[in-house]
Amino acid sequence: MNAIIVSALLGVIMMFTSWGIKGEKSQKYIALMGLAILILANLSQLNGWYVIEYDTKGMLAFSRYGIYANTILFTLTFLYVWINGDEISKIGNHAADFYALFFFILCGASVLTSFDNLLMLFIGIEMLSIPLYILTSSDKTSLTSNEAGLKYFLMGAFSTGILLLGITFIYGATGSFHLTVPETGFKYEMFMRSGGLILIFVAMNFKVSAAPFHFWTPDVYDGAPTVFTSFMATIAKAAGFFAFMSVFQVQYQALGYSWTLLLPFVIISTLLIGNVTAVFQRSVKRMLAYSSIAQAGFMLFALYKPSTFANEGILLYAFVYSVASIGMFGVLIKMKENSIEGFNGLAKAHPLLAFVTTIFLFSLAGIPLTGGFFAKYYMINAILVAGAGLWLVIVALVFAAISVYYYFKIIQAMYFVPGEPALGEIQNTYPYKLLVLAVLLLILGVFPNLLLNYLYF
Amino acid sequence: MLLSIILIPFITALLLLFIKDAKKSNTIALVSSAASLAISIWVAMKGAPDFNQAWIAALNSRVFLHADGLAKILVLLTTISFPAILLATGSNTLAQKNIFISLLLLTQAGLLGVFLAGDALLFYFFWELALIPVYFLCSIWGGEKRIAITFKFFIYTFLGSLMMLAGIIFLYTHSTEPNFLIQNFAHATLTPAQQTTAFVLFFIAFAIKMPIFPLHTWQPDAYEQSPTAVTMVMSAVMVKMGLYGVIRWLLPLFPVAAKSAAVIVVDLSVIGVLYASFIAIKQDDIKRLIAYSSIAHIGLMNAALFAHQVIGVQGVLIQLFSHGINVLGLWMVADIIEQQTGTRSMMAMGGLAKKQPTLAILLVAFAFANIALPLTNAFVGEFLIFNGLFQFNPWVAAFAGVSVILSAIYTLNMVQKVAYGEVSEATQKINFINKGAQWALIILLVIVFASGVYPQPLFDLTADTLQQMFVK
Repeated sequence: MNAIIVSALLGVIMMFTSWGIKGEKSQKYIALMGLAILILANLSQLNGWYVIEYDTKGMLAFSRYGIYANTILFTLTFLYVWINGDEISKIGNHAADFYALFFFILCGASVLTSFDNLLMLFIGIEMLSIPLYILTSSDKTSLTSNEAGLKYFLMGAFSTGILLLGITFIYGATGSFHLTVPETGFKYEMFMRSGGLILIFVAMNFKVSAAPFHFWTPDVYDGAPTVFTSFMATIAKAAGFFAFMSVFQVQYQALGYSWTLLLPFVIISTLLIGNVTAVFQRSVKRMLAYSSIAQAGFMLFALYKPSTFANEGILLYAFVYSVASIGMFGVLIKMKENSIEGFNGLAKAHPLLAFVTTIFLFSLAGIPLTGGFFAKYYMINAILVAGAGLWLVIVALVFAAISVYYYFKIIQAMYFVPGEPALGEIQNTYPYKLLVLAVLLLILGVFPNLLLNYLYF
Repeated sequence: MLLSIILIPFITALLLLFIKDAKKSNTIALVSSAASLAISIWVAMKGAPDFNQAWIAALNSRVFLHADGLAKILVLLTTISFPAILLATGSNTLAQKNIFISLLLLTQAGLLGVFLAGDALLFYFFWELALIPVYFLCSIWGGEKRIAITFKFFIYTFLGSLMMLAGIIFLYTHSTEPNFLIQNFAHATLTPAQQTTAFVLFFIAFAIKMPIFPLHTWQPDAYEQSPTAVTMVMSAVMVKMGLYGVIRWLLPLFPVAAKSAAVIVVDLSVIGVLYASFIAIKQDDIKRLIAYSSIAHIGLMNAALFAHQVIGVQGVLIQLFSHGINVLGLWMVADIIEQQTGTRSMMAMGGLAKKQPTLAILLVAFAFANIALPLTNAFVGEFLIFNGLFQFNPWVAAFAGVSVILSAIYTLNMVQKVAYGEVSEATQKINFINKGAQWALIILLVIVFASGVYPQPLFDLTADTLQQMFVK
């Protein structure tokens, strides 16, 4: 509750800061302060402290898990703004607007981690998506940015329609918008209900860019300004997954046997399309877009059947993947050239930057000693515990090996190919900020518990 | 105690990143590796208590280090190899040598961890820790075609490791208690079909690492293109990871599957042995020759393991150590020749015995050990291995026996081309042998003959592993 109210308030406040307070630096610090307040307000709910007491009449349900998921999203946003603040102010004229949009997105995300009613799911998704459309097309001078924004908006509106249709079906079958409803008796109603669920499944797949509903992703990620791609591919996606989890953690049983066919089909096609297409990309930005599709394939594992491994794993995966991606995009922003050749010789020119990039790529590839390994580990464990076939795991791991191929191409370019990388202006502190992310990944690579322990006490 | 064996190279590796001076970093590395050698000798003689500490509570994974006979003999091999390698290649000039040595020591830490880990997840961690530095070592300091070839090697082995990871998690979900202790996995009740699945997953990883025909294609290229110090590590110690895996995982954990796969695996191994031997005969490049010869020897060991006769397995346990020492010696001689003549082609060599008699003698001695002549260490191991294969199936032993003849052909051919004949133009350039390499070679030679004449300590060292495997 606190998270929703405070983030909405902060969004409004942020919008008006550009009136009173000049200077992009101070706006960034206000945003950071706001995020810190948001994190505190969110956590204080655990101690029974509410901004306002309000009975949501079963529309929202707050759990420890949801609050912790919020914390993860807010922390990620904090890291994101801390690192990318200067880049954000380079786009458009009013950086404060973008910060306000971030807060609105976070408000939507907090609805998505606490909804208990399908209507709230819809509202949360919309609150999350609409600012994203704006962010995508925020670079008004760039044609690709405008194109990406329009594309994203049209496709997004379409998928929202599907989501609504699905919700309507479920309402028709059960007479309720609630997530937990008793099984209905008639065959016809069961059919409507599972039909509705499949429509919701499709719409959610669109939001988290899982194949075969991923077509917008590469173009939108590529067209949007890199800073905002970084936000979309990480925090917004993670929020989408948390919502996805809460719908299907309860409802998957209604689909019964077909769920065990449907989900593996989506998982495998996502992994296939994401990984195989990424291999052929020349542009690192596009490659990261496809790799983010591929990573979504792994995250889908958590949906198969609820278990502690799935619940903990999706948090760990979302966090680790987001940190590595924010870092990777953070490096990419500073490269003048987006192609893999642009990284040639980076190890000589800027050893520290090359080192952190290596760690980010290791983590994305899931190599031990980085957080990415445990993230993948939890996902595999979750799906084996859930009783899915070992073949699914083996297929996924083969694709993980393929992912090593394209991630390591960047490492090869940095360390083994001589060249003069064209770097933008890099402040002295910037690589160290990225180093913080890298160290975070290394710590989680040895002690993943540090993140997950707080779920319980 | 056991933890310190792993921590010493690991910490030294981190320290070396900050020491820019090449000479100094080499000395520090030597001291550190000598220290781990001293500790491991102590452990081999006196034994050491297990190290057991909780690690990831949620998964019930522990930092569990345990030294039985198998671990001891491989730890000993590793800790002997590294100082010898550093001694022998210390004078080679490389760009950014401190980082080179640092990565080398990280590999050592990984290898030692693999051999000592008693917890599956920890084992997997070290397995990768041993691989990743090698990827950088070969890609930065290797030969002309290094990048593509190292990448092939890396993807190959990484795919193998991922299959092993699937196997580990599969076992974890099926074991009686939710933890990763390897001995606990042995109690897991698996149906034969499940055993076969897990067996295949692990076998892919180990077969790529050893490598077993037909998964060996990465190896000769990788050996040829790697910097020599790394080639030595790979062929002397790293390939043992695969054999170690077979002894530690496949045979005790999946006895039924291993037994039913025995015929296929043994046959494949023997085919690989003959195949590699024939190719070795054809080689002109001295590094490639040693690489193929190494494939043949490893294949033989793997065959003996799956034949699963007491005497054969005993032979393998000894041969793990002996093969490492011998191949190390051969690489060192080859390295000295390559460094000074600038060529690896045996056609261009000749007359080493006239120009550098000491080096020629060393080459001949290690060549004899490679053929497993009596009095050398390899004889003990290979004799037992053939015994074991004979008990398994006389035909297999007969075919595998041909490899001994083939081995004599290519090894002696090499000796003839390199050491005898007229002093060639290339050989003329060999003016001195550096002191470090000479000492390293002499020490290795002492080990070769000492363990060849009196192998009893090695038998005693590995007795407990053998007993565990065969007395239930």
